[in-house]
Amino acid sequence: MPVQKRKKDLNIFGKLYIPEIVKGMALTLKSMFRPNVTLLYPEVRFDPPASYRGRPVLVQEPNGTGRCVACGLCARVCPALAIEVQAAETELEKERYPQKFEINMLRCIFCGFCEEVCPEEAIVMSKDYELVFANRNDAIYGKDKLLVPIDNLRARLEFLRKFK
Amino acid sequence: MPTLTVDGKQIEFKQGETVIEAARNAGIDIPHFCWHPSLSISGNCRVCLVEIEKMPKLAISCSTYAAEGMVVYTQSEKTLQARNAVMEFILVNHPLDCPICDEAGECKLQEYAYAHGKGESRFEEIKNRKEKRVQLGPHIKFDAERCISCSLCIRFSDEIARKNQLTFIKRGDKVTITTFPGESFDNSYTLNTVDICPVGALTNQDFRFKSRVWEMSKTNSVCVGCSRGCNTEVWVRNNQILRLTPRHNKDVNNYWMCDNGRLNTFKTVNTSNRIDGAFIRKEGMLQKASLEKAVLFAAKSLKEFKSGEIAFIGSAYATCEDNYALVKFAKMLSVTNLAFANHIIPGDQDDILIREDKTPNSLGAELVGIKSGPGSLNLEGILKGIREGKIKALYVMEDDPASLSDEFEEALGKLDLLIVHDTNQNRSTTLADIVFPASTFAEKNGTFVNFQGRVQRILPSVATAEMDRALDGMEMSRWDKFGTEFDRWNQGHKYDAKPSWKILTMLSLQLGSKMKYEMAEEIFSEIANSIDAFKGLDYDKIGELGAQLKIKQTILK
Ligand code: SF4
Ligand code: SF4
Ligand code: SF4
Ligand code: SF4
Repeated sequence: MPVQKRKKDLNIFGKLYIPEIVKGMALTLKSMFRPNVTLLYPEVRFDPPASYRGRPVLVQEPNGTGRCVACGLCARVCPALAIEVQAAETELEKERYPQKFEINMLRCIFCGFCEEVCPEEAIVMSKDYELVFANRNDAIYGKDKLLVPIDNLRARLEFLRKFK
Repeated sequence: MPTLTVDGKQIEFKQGETVIEAARNAGIDIPHFCWHPSLSISGNCRVCLVEIEKMPKLAISCSTYAAEGMVVYTQSEKTLQARNAVMEFILVNHPLDCPICDEAGECKLQEYAYAHGKGESRFEEIKNRKEKRVQLGPHIKFDAERCISCSLCIRFSDEIARKNQLTFIKRGDKVTITTFPGESFDNSYTLNTVDICPVGALTNQDFRFKSRVWEMSKTNSVCVGCSRGCNTEVWVRNNQILRLTPRHNKDVNNYWMCDNGRLNTFKTVNTSNRIDGAFIRKEGMLQKASLEKAVLFAAKSLKEFKSGEIAFIGSAYATCEDNYALVKFAKMLSVTNLAFANHIIPGDQDDILIREDKTPNSLGAELVGIKSGPGSLNLEGILKGIREGKIKALYVMEDDPASLSDEFEEALGKLDLLIVHDTNQNRSTTLADIVFPASTFAEKNGTFVNFQGRVQRILPSVATAEMDRALDGMEMSRWDKFGTEFDRWNQGHKYDAKPSWKILTMLSLQLGSKMKYEMAEEIFSEIANSIDAFKGLDYDKIGELGAQLKIKQTILK
């Protein structure tokens, strides 16, 4: 096989990479004066926009009750079968409530279908992206972790009203 | 046969049939709320309006008799327009309750609204408010807002349960259902109204909010509450039975079942007193042991008795297969003392469904050979034999002789050996030396013979420890299909139990026999080959609706 010759052999200057180094240094210099995009996590945390789909949570009204009526539609629509709802009867006006509401965060794929299907606007995607657990059982979130006061979810609810 | 044309299709009908019936028999379903094949015609919901040629106006197909040469359109523009209008009218006052309504998923109003409704309402006023939680009798909650006043529940209680307990009161859009003054809706068949109510106005208190219908699997079975053997569907989620509903069988129970059968028969399957694993008495206490150990121990103990000292008690609660295996096992030990107990509550029956024989298979047990022959002991004989010390070992399968009488309980204490198979703890199992865990009716394949001499199949709907829903071909819900061992909604307890015939097969192998059954079906084919009444039958021929046995009418009580 004949030895192929490169189209353009580098001259001595090129071989020393000097122009490239200078170009690189110039870029570095320029970037030093550009605004900073990297966050010093965990000291500084990212605050996502309202359209962000973090972990799904349950809306808790100011009086402490949840909005969910345990209709089970989110559990049915969830493509990953992450949600388990067990309904029970209450004396409140909406006769039904979830005695048990669990989302398996290892199954959830953050698609937002549950939020979309909910007839009560009871389950919404939050801004929470910090999901850490040490074993499978901890990854199943119960009502204690899922219920979030409505005041913390205003931005998302606003977003849904506008775009859903 | 005369014919009429429905949607361009020529169909035959019997004289006296209505258009809706004729169409239904030919597989064309005309939407309806207030019509039911087994109840009188009311014609109030108007949703079954159809266009009929040469008739000036649309006609309701539920009360128009089919006639020769009639031409009916169920999908014409005029029909659809009328149907949509009726749907809009019914939906005016129907609350948007689907998310909290148990009927959702099997609701006719929901289905028709989806198929025929407009999808939006022109009604801008405020919907009527009515009472939402009325207790109508012991088992039923009534939501007046959801009621569409079809009167099916009233007609059912008048015509089928034959108790005039329900009625309409008030008029126009205020109309509602109530019981007559001083009456409670408490007849023996009330829960059938929950099935036929086209909406979620009537809900079953026992099942209320327990599960959405699409989350459960349903399996064909037969009720074990009495010797009628009503055909049922068993609804299971997470390996637990949540409700029973009747299944249509015109020769047995039509569309109905009684409240007792529906509510109480499945409660023994998942309960704290289920026998979970085998038990052997050691130092006076029943202690858990592996099934293999218990079988070995039982085989060893049985060998210590002469065949004349042993008696067997079969069961009208157990399947034909279980009883047949017991008969064969007894024969193998040359034991002829073989009997079963009847459980009859005299007078507790009606001419609708309920029978006074409270077991599902007394006829089957007898037919497969649980009976005393010449020179052997019947049930009383066995009792006497135990008291006189002639019978020293008793083998009881799926019954509780100690509860029959105090004498029997006392006698059981005198035995040298008492072996009991049962599903739940009872007075006999507490006295037993060896307890084997038997599968319930919901956990096995098998057959029952009802009081008419009709053999019917039961199928497993709940898995025991040895079973796997997929591998054993059981019905599966979406949750069953995709669940793993890590999903909490898939960890329903599986009892460590086996069908009695399986336990008997294991035991007989220890005693050196050739009883080698792998499946209930094999036992049934042996029954079919050896017992005249069952000749020519197999599980396929019995099918979903059962098969009539060829037996003399005199055997039938
Ligand atoms: S976001 Fe998607 S995957 Fe996660 S729980 Fe909701 S529906 Fe299921
Ligand atoms: S869809 Fe909404 S109301 Fe229904 S169970 Fe899910 S969170 Fe609750
Ligand atoms: S309660 Fe149900 S069955 Fe009875 S009239 Fe109302 S809708 Fe019909
Ligand atoms: S009539 Fe008998 S078989 Fe039918 S549902 Fe009632 S108890 Fe069960």
